[in-house]
Amino acid sequence: MNLDLKNYTLFLADNALILGQRLGEWCGHGPVLEQDIALTNISLDHLGQSRMLLQYAAKQVGNGATEDSLAFFRNEGEFRNLLITELPNNDWAYTLAKHFLFDTFNFFQYEFLMNSKDETIQAIARKAIKEIAYHAQFSAEWIIRMGDGTEESHQRVQNAIDELWMYTGEMFVADSSSEAMTKAAVAPDYALLKEQWQEKVSQVLEIATLVKPEEGWMQKGGREGKHTEHMGYILAEMQHLPRTYPTAKW
Amino acid sequence: MQIKFVKYPRFIAMGEVQLEKRFQDYLDGENKIEPKDWMPDAYRKTLIRQISQHAHSEVVGMLPEANWISRAPSLRRKVALLAKVQDEAGHGLYLYSAAETLGIDRSELVDDLLSGKAKYSSIFNYPTVSWADMGAIGWLVDGAAIANQVMLCRTSYGPYARAMVRICKEESFHQRQGYEIMLSLANGTAEQKQMAQDALNRWWWPSLMMFGPTDDLSPNSAQSMKWKIKRKSNDELRQEFIDKTVPQAEFLGLTVPDKDLKWNEEKQGYDYGEIDWEEFYNVVKGNGPCNKQRLADRVKAHEAGAWVREAANAYAAKEAKRKADKGQAA
Repeated sequence: MNLDLKNYTLFLADNALILGQRLGEWCGHGPVLEQDIALTNISLDHLGQSRMLLQYAAKQVGNGATEDSLAFFRNEGEFRNLLITELPNNDWAYTLAKHFLFDTFNFFQYEFLMNSKDETIQAIARKAIKEIAYHAQFSAEWIIRMGDGTEESHQRVQNAIDELWMYTGEMFVADSSSEAMTKAAVAPDYALLKEQWQEKVSQVLEIATLVKPEEGWMQKGGREGKHTEHMGYILAEMQHLPRTYPTAKW
Repeated sequence: MQIKFVKYPRFIAMGEVQLEKRFQDYLDGENKIEPKDWMPDAYRKTLIRQISQHAHSEVVGMLPEANWISRAPSLRRKVALLAKVQDEAGHGLYLYSAAETLGIDRSELVDDLLSGKAKYSSIFNYPTVSWADMGAIGWLVDGAAIANQVMLCRTSYGPYARAMVRICKEESFHQRQGYEIMLSLANGTAEQKQMAQDALNRWWWPSLMMFGPTDDLSPNSAQSMKWKIKRKSNDELRQEFIDKTVPQAEFLGLTVPDKDLKWNEEKQGYDYGEIDWEEFYNVVKGNGPCNKQRLADRVKAHEAGAWVREAANAYAAKEAKRKADKGQAA
């Protein structure tokens, strides 16, 4: 087994899984039915991507591992998702800001992965890119709508961007597995993605009449399994049934 | 090709009594009423009430199932449940649109729901306390809903009937999905089987109540039947549902919680025990285990979304103005 490839696949899978799980919390509680449906779609996209990636990771892990054993029976320290994906939804502004910052990163990441040297990742990326491009557009449009909407929406989304900013640095700092995958042309050079991301984010924030925060101190740890306090609760909820009845099939 | 010759607006000059007679004849000829056709005020009001209640039920009905999205026990089940609850939001949308063809605004209907003035199906005032409830709801609650909705595919109001055709297709899929959850549990570990039986015990009677009061106590039924909004009586639909569902429970190896349930050879259907109508009326009145919680959740989502809707409207207005200014300048 190529440990770096497994870790990198899990990094991609876990980002999608935890985002999908979080977005699912909105279902039934959206500000208007049409947007409730839209967020559920995006949640379904992420979960679909995470399943393909977890199945690929399971193959690498072997020993009878499955998408479900990886989703439900790994401990917190074994999850490799970025911290921004596990943050709570709070309000509509915070959720969409979180997605905008991540989706923009994810778009450039997957644009590279469409030509990844790993064939499975390449195939998954080619399938997912349409969804991911739509996510980036959807969240960017909401940032503009809120930024250039009312005084209240402007303030809320500005606060959200400011609060979330320190979780963006981690996107561009590779761990050792990602680095190895970059060398093998399986993964993008994450430091290089930063420029494209900065440009797109600045452009959208400007149209939205929002202020781009100063660089500042950045949180990190997700890629190496060091998570926020929120992660434990996500897993407690998500994993509770399979762990309570470990021999059951559902 | 034009095959329909009788169109209502032509008869607009007639007196009310004549109009009502023409209207009834038109219905008796199995014609569909369309939004611009003349219709008695009471017919319009009945439909607005019924379609909006139905829409509200879809939207409130999202909540008990959404309660398990984060805890679904496999990724496949999680995705299926999420997609199902999303379908219900979609059904809510078609139905609000169908109601709007009768000349009422969706926002007005939603306000009536949130103020407690409008009703929704009482079944959603019961809690979902185990994963098996996701199976039981799909199998029993959607099953009961389908019995009613298949009939509504032939309802006399065109937009409602057409919305129902679409909804029925998705609901049948939901029901199979629910039954499949039950099947996995019933064939699973002893604990899972117990979970399934417990869910059947809790959802059986409330599902039977979904068809409404017995025929002799259902005051609006006769008029709705005459108008062909309704095609079958509450008791007829309930009987059909029981006859179809009991063998399904047997196949699962589960026991229907009714000691009086017995096959009646003569009527070729099951006899069943007395429904607890006191419970039914109490849940309708607001005393069910989750009435307050469900409504509070809807109110919270609506209020928390107010600034979002305002922002979207404000932005759209700015955009429209910018476009107009640009047009003028050009």
